Amino acid sequence: MIEVQGISKRFGTVEVLKDISAVFETGKVNQIIGKSGSGKSVLAKCIVGLHVPDKGKVLYEGHSFHDMDRTEMTSIRQEIGMLFQGSALFDSLTVLQNVMFPLQMFAHTTKSEMEDRAHSCLKRVNILDKDKLFPAELSGGMQKRVGIARAIAMNPKYLFCDEPNSGLDPQTSILIDELIKEITEEFNTTTIVITHDMNSVMETGENIIFIHKGRKWWQGTREELLESDNKELNEFIFASGLMRIVKKSLKG
Amino acid sequence: MGIIGHIGRYFLLLKETFSSPERFGVYWRRTLEEMDLLGVKSVGIVALLSFFMGAVITIQTKTNIDSPLIQAWVVGFATRQSTILEFSPTIIALILAGKVGSNIAAEIGSMRVKEQIDALDIMGVNSAGYLILPKIIASMFINPFLVMVSMFLSIFGGYVAGTATGIISASDYLQGIQTGFIPYHVTYALIKTVVFAFIIATVSAYQGYYTEGGTREVGISSTKAVVYSNVVILIVNYALTQFLLI
Repeated sequence: MIEVQGISKRFGTVEVLKDISAVFETGKVNQIIGKSGSGKSVLAKCIVGLHVPDKGKVLYEGHSFHDMDRTEMTSIRQEIGMLFQGSALFDSLTVLQNVMFPLQMFAHTTKSEMEDRAHSCLKRVNILDKDKLFPAELSGGMQKRVGIARAIAMNPKYLFCDEPNSGLDPQTSILIDELIKEITEEFNTTTIVITHDMNSVMETGENIIFIHKGRKWWQGTREELLESDNKELNEFIFASGLMRIVKKSLKG
Repeated sequence: MGIIGHIGRYFLLLKETFSSPERFGVYWRRTLEEMDLLGVKSVGIVALLSFFMGAVITIQTKTNIDSPLIQAWVVGFATRQSTILEFSPTIIALILAGKVGSNIAAEIGSMRVKEQIDALDIMGVNSAGYLILPKIIASMFINPFLVMVSMFLSIFGGYVAGTATGIISASDYLQGIQTGFIPYHVTYALIKTVVFAFIIATVSAYQGYYTEGGTREVGISSTKAVVYSNVVILIVNYALTQFLLI
């Protein structure tokens, strides 16, 4: 379980996060949603330790991340898998080498064991046959799959996905969403997905946090989401024509 | 950020870079790759420039000291001294700042804007150490070899130009390059080379590591890497010359 307590973050004169508190549950797909520029990515970067919050705490299983020493931080980070918006695969490494990378840095196993583990991760995301290709030779959806394979290589306890569907067609988006959900259940990870894709929210969101103007504006399940009378939340979720049709059919 | 802020952040980055590596084997393999990329692949340009640099030094020296009072071998002597003391260590460092420095800044800057450095940090890898330390070690190890190649080819270029144009005889040139040779001057040149290699690798890596934005900013970081490396090399060159030669 990950908990954030009263996090605030300021860049210059702009206060991006204002006193945000939330709990991200284990074994569930927790989603942080909000408009572009609402502060959701900054919140995620504070949680994974890429930004240090000005105020507040991030607790991993009750232990404050930013109060840990370097060794403790490194060991927590080895339990984190992250899928980046642009996949962030290393260009000079093949698909197999990308997935093996965290194992080479931290796992105390033989090369063949590492290769076996990397192959099983690639098999899990259905991309085993592309192991010798370089990231530039893959489509966006395939790169996301490799990103997921790399994220799960170390058997993470925490899985972060930053806009996993950006730049993907609707069908591939659904496949990636399903994969994230399956992996969350299979590995019992605390999964946090940052998204503004309502399809993804409706497919996989179990614990949803809506960030608006740097504040936590609303929190609930996807069922509660559709019934909420929160004005800003409704403006956000029913912005697309498709969601307005869903709303009408629900009212009908 | 002001210049003091940049200097402070540069030294903090160095502290991160030199903290203990996660896996020596991985760092060692990366260092060998960097030696190939930054050193071996620079041999061609260093050889070409050095040969013509030596040729020009010889011709210019001859045309400037064309006097019956000065002996002919002085041309060879001047070519050797100019090459060893200044042209090979400093000019080659400036050339490498352009070639290798821009390469380092662009590579690390691209990794920054494509979130690959964030990916390393989140995995728990010391990104500064993993990316920068092999480049520093590789440059400091391989650049002295490049400069020695440069010294040889520059002096050889002077010989070829001098004898081919007939401005100096082969025996006078060979006498000149052997006259008054002080081995310490080669040591001095290699000390400068190692220091300049450190400057090129670290200043360029600093520019790349703190790139913010997109591809345009990667280009700006590359340009800054070359300009600042050159400026620092020239300032440190003066300091080292005064410290080591006087």
